[in-house]
Amino acid sequence: MAKLPAPKTPGLVKGLGVTLKTMTKTMFPARGIKTLIPAPSVGAATVQYPHEKETPTARSRGVIALKEENCTSCMLCGRSCPDWCIYIEAHKDTAPPRRPGGKPRSVNKLDRFDIDYALCMYCGICVEVCPFDALFWSPEYEYSELRIADLLHDKERLGEWMQAVPDFEPYEAGSEQKARKVPR
Amino acid sequence: MSGALTAIELAYWQQTVLRTVGVLVAVLLPAGTLVYVFLFKMMSFMQSRLGPMEAGPYGSMQLLAEVGKWIQKEDIVPWRADRRLFALAPYIIVLSVFMTYVVVPFGPDAWFTNLDVGVFWVLAVSSISVIGILIAGWASANKYSLLGGLRAAGQLIAYELPMVLAVVGVVIQAGTLNMQGIVVAQAEGEIFGISAIGNPFILTQLIGFFIFLIAMQAELTQTPFDMPIAESELVSGYMTEYSGMRFLLFFIAEFASAGAFAAVAATLFLGGWALPGVDLDADYMNVLGPLVLLVKVLFVSFLVFWVRFTYPRFREDQLQQLAWKVLIPLSLVNILATMVLKVAF
Repeated sequence: MAKLPAPKTPGLVKGLGVTLKTMTKTMFPARGIKTLIPAPSVGAATVQYPHEKETPTARSRGVIALKEENCTSCMLCGRSCPDWCIYIEAHKDTAPPRRPGGKPRSVNKLDRFDIDYALCMYCGICVEVCPFDALFWSPEYEYSELRIADLLHDKERLGEWMQAVPDFEPYEAGSEQKARKVPR
Repeated sequence: MSGALTAIELAYWQQTVLRTVGVLVAVLLPAGTLVYVFLFKMMSFMQSRLGPMEAGPYGSMQLLAEVGKWIQKEDIVPWRADRRLFALAPYIIVLSVFMTYVVVPFGPDAWFTNLDVGVFWVLAVSSISVIGILIAGWASANKYSLLGGLRAAGQLIAYELPMVLAVVGVVIQAGTLNMQGIVVAQAEGEIFGISAIGNPFILTQLIGFFIFLIAMQAELTQTPFDMPIAESELVSGYMTEYSGMRFLLFFIAEFASAGAFAAVAATLFLGGWALPGVDLDADYMNVLGPLVLLVKVLFVSFLVFWVRFTYPRFREDQLQQLAWKVLIPLSLVNILATMVLKVAF
């Protein structure tokens, strides 16, 4: 005779079990002798934000940093921004020649580079599209403001975020790509 | 009350004042406890988070903060609303909750009134809230409110029936409609000749208890029976247009009626304020009794809120099917079996 399948626990009972288990796990996370001492602040999966902080992962998208010297005002980031939150203004300037005796070079000098974080949707296209290593992600996230206008970060403010940019992780062994470096 | 307390003669108005304050305490205290213990803390723990932690130690003052917030808020009445009915509706609902508490006994002498038809009174006044909800839905001049009110009416009337029928079994067993009499019948009864723990009717009326719990869940419009306020479909149902103080009244009524129904369930099925092996007429039961009842109320409401935080919402036709095709036939069978056994033994 074929073996009958074991009777299933009804889903209704199972659901009640799940919530009860989560509750007891949250309230009594300790094992062994301390089991009966409720310690929900240990058992909870969340943290009490202003008092304790979680470290964001190195590649989390917190804020965009700008390396001003690398920027050529090519406008690629501003044009690819889906919600037009990058403002760039520049003027033509001359720089001293690279080699002695050479001709003075023409460069674009940044007058204004603002990112409006009230508009930014953290898609990261500007960072992807930048061909001159001028934009980087930083995991910093605590820059809320009381006035919405203060969320417009100018190029000095964006430059300060450079300090918080973590190094790129090395590629896995055997990769032919050269690991990128963050300009410091 | 006996002893020194009986020596004090109180005028009728003094008694009335005392009773009014007593009912206020008896309604608001358990309601606040339910909100903090279950809505704030138990739900959070079931979702692996902490809930309110800032106001007071472990967030225990959170409810006061919220009440303060609601009282400050602007009292908005929609332009096309029926202003008088709109203002009246929350009071009707709160009134029905307060009246339910009136007949719940807390001890041998600790009760507000001792009606001979206590059970009947509870079932009668608790369904007054349907009127309040319908009025709220109609007077808001809002399609969501109206739909919510209609849903609530359909649901509350459908589940009134299994609730009444589930209680009938208890009434047959106890032989009285008096709540105090039911408590005494449970404390002094015996199961198959063993009288050590009395006879809390949950043991013999288990089916009745479960039907009562399900019907209670529906009467309280708690999830999975929260179609009247289904926020994904109806914004907030009949409460949509209410704000500030009036919303607070709805909120109080929701949790106070949870406490009221839990107290009724505890009285009918779990032995009320009595403890097994404790002298029923002892003076100290007037103090101990309310605490015992509170523990039982917390137990029953734990079941209610556990279910609330676990299940998703029913569909409207599933809800009606459950009431008419399952619960009502089941409770009729329960009544029949109780009658036969009552006569046989």
